Amino acid sequence: MAEMTYRDAVAAAIAQEMAHDPSVVLIGEDVGAAGGVFKATVGLLEKFGPNRVVDTPISEQAILGAAMGAAMTGLRPVAEVMFSDFFAVCWDIVANEIAKARYMTNGQVSLPLVIRTANGGGVRFGAQHSQSVESWAMSIPGLKVVAPSTPRDVIGLFAAAVRDPDPVIFFEQKSLYPTKGEVEEGELVDELGRASTRRQGTDVTVVALAAMVPRALDAAEALAQEGVSAEVIDLRSLVPLDVTTIAGSVARTGHLVTVEENPRLCGWGAEVASIVAEECLFDLDGPIVRVTTPHAPLPAADALEDAAMPSVARIVEGVRRSLA
Amino acid sequence: MFLSRSRSGAEAPRGEKGVSRQAAEAPPGQGPRPGTEGPTGGADERAEGREMSAGATSSVGPERDSGGPPGGTQLQGAAPDVPAAGQGAAGRGWSPPAGTGTAPAQVRISLYRQMATMRAFEKRAYDLFLEGLVKGTSHLGLGQEAIAAGFGEAMRPGDYTFATYRGHNHCLARGVPMARIMGELMGRSNGLMAGKGGSMHLTSVEHNMMGSYAIVGAHLTIANGAAWSAKLRGSGQVTVCFFGDGTTNIGAFHEALNFASVYSLPVVFVCENNLWMEYTPIQSVTAVARPAADRAGAYGLPPVVIDGNDADAVYAVASSALEWVRSGAGPLLIEALTYRHGGHSRADPGKYRPEDELSSWLARDPLPRFRARLVESGTDPAMLDAIDLDIDAAVARAVEECRASGPPDTNLVTADVFADGGATWRR
Ligand SMILES: Cc1ncc(C[n+]2csc(CCOP(=O)(O)OP(=O)(O)O)c2C)c(N)n1
Ligand SMILES: [Mg+2]
Repeated sequence: MAEMTYRDAVAAAIAQEMAHDPSVVLIGEDVGAAGGVFKATVGLLEKFGPNRVVDTPISEQAILGAAMGAAMTGLRPVAEVMFSDFFAVCWDIVANEIAKARYMTNGQVSLPLVIRTANGGGVRFGAQHSQSVESWAMSIPGLKVVAPSTPRDVIGLFAAAVRDPDPVIFFEQKSLYPTKGEVEEGELVDELGRASTRRQGTDVTVVALAAMVPRALDAAEALAQEGVSAEVIDLRSLVPLDVTTIAGSVARTGHLVTVEENPRLCGWGAEVASIVAEECLFDLDGPIVRVTTPHAPLPAADALEDAAMPSVARIVEGVRRSLA
Repeated sequence: MFLSRSRSGAEAPRGEKGVSRQAAEAPPGQGPRPGTEGPTGGADERAEGREMSAGATSSVGPERDSGGPPGGTQLQGAAPDVPAAGQGAAGRGWSPPAGTGTAPAQVRISLYRQMATMRAFEKRAYDLFLEGLVKGTSHLGLGQEAIAAGFGEAMRPGDYTFATYRGHNHCLARGVPMARIMGELMGRSNGLMAGKGGSMHLTSVEHNMMGSYAIVGAHLTIANGAAWSAKLRGSGQVTVCFFGDGTTNIGAFHEALNFASVYSLPVVFVCENNLWMEYTPIQSVTAVARPAADRAGAYGLPPVVIDGNDADAVYAVASSALEWVRSGAGPLLIEALTYRHGGHSRADPGKYRPEDELSSWLARDPLPRFRARLVESGTDPAMLDAIDLDIDAAVARAVEECRASGPPDTNLVTADVFADGGATWRR
């Protein structure tokens, strides 16, 4: 076991996979010599050289297009989109090209690629560098969507993403980069589509993703003081979605609260809520409650951003509403 | 070292020799390419046709056949050591070959067969569309066959093709069976993708036909990826990416050209300039006269315009370009002038185009023109007639095969969304 930051875990994960498979290449803006704008790719250029770690022009379409064409023809590219907000300038490549290629060609084309991106708020960057856009990706058939909450999961899930034969959008929550966690020694490879129960409880199921996981855990701690036993599930991936774990938990607790960093409308929690309503209605003893960022862009000032994003207090309040 | 930059900082990017207006009006050092007639016959008509479209280039004479790297005129005030267009970067040293018709006889017969096959296939596809058997939409390349055939003939089996929704011919040029393509157009189970892609997405990985793409511009970036991969794998494969004139005005074009040039990728970009987007003449909405060639300099590439209706010329240029690119010298961008005989898609009669423009281009139809030249150079017309008959029979057989094959299994609706063969998004 060693303690590691989420940011260092990203570099360690990429290094693990590049060492594991010579067809893995890393491409993106400032990922090489600079070690990434979040310093999440430090040391990779030195270790793997400029053929496999490629600094690019500011050309998101060209970067993702190159990743796609390379994946079609024998490489396993890892492409970085510096901020997930920038998906908006290359969404055609993601949503129309990468996501549909296997389907449209009746299975002729396989795209084993990963698009890493820094997602979400909490760092006072303002509305164009802070969105949580995982729900954009989740709504596109053909994409897998992963968002780790711990350094350990960064490595295990990243390895799974790289080795997966499908295109995976890998959301690194940027507020988590400085956070630390224990990581076991040796190669780590997880399986996509397995949620993790981070805290067991009996009264309510709280489902969270990425940066909302530690917050949900804090809320569970606070709720324990008032005698409420909350179970906290870290989804880890949205596609595949681990309905089994969610449904199993709701069957025991009878209550569901989702904690989403994305803005309210069509956030991933809406899909989770609809599945539970459709398939687990008779397990429910209270309303499903969604705690989200409001239907608004994220503001920059700390006071405003903190008020916009789900806080521990709002999660606690959401749980109380579900239990009322 | 692949994927490192193709040029050192010491080699300054070359200065463009001038904006298109001057360049096109008086191309310094650029005579018409010897041996290619160049589509000048329709030039005046085209210019008139575009008069009403008061675009920035409306006064530009359409003397677009003045391809080849320029003689070296430099921007006034440019540093003296700034190389001229086409001499400072990836495309340095390459110019389209002079003269045509040097291809071996059997290559020229093959070119003929290719073009005649494309022509017969697409005419039949159009009839089937009118009969309601080809559904949805389709974009024909009638009149543009020489480009697909010329490049197809020059490519090696391992080379990659990326095409657009107007990609039937590029697919045929790679040897994809007619019945599989027609079946795809007709939505039958024998289709290339069992009906899941349709006319605009023809793909046959088996033939290294890596796809037809229907979002304008996107596939140039994807073609780069295949070229990057080939370079990294040291496979010697070249990627050829076809697109239209309208595509030169979308961002992806510019991102892709810069990217290819920076990493010196083995890719040939072929702009099929048929003078029209869908219903808008390209000149009325483009800041330069030659939509691709006049942008080449911005990416360190030589401006090249060829007669895309001359199969000999296309084959000669394609062979030379492929060899150059295969040698590791970086990408090339080639603008091939051509014209679509029909409308943009479906049953569009293309009536928005001036009569005289159409007639002058019909007079330069690449197929009869090539046939006449073959006969002139000694090919027995009876042999060409036999090829034509052969093709007609093959098209008829292909259509029969499609008619006989049923609709695709509806289980395919959710097949192959993911690699496990299905659409499972949950557990
Ligand atoms: C991004 C995008 N914008 C618009 C369209 C609609 N569209 C399809 S074909 C076409 C014209 C393209 O013109 P050009 O590149 O010259 O190719 P051509 O059809 O002449 O072969 C347009 C505008 C599209 N498919 N994609
Ligand atoms: Mg066009």
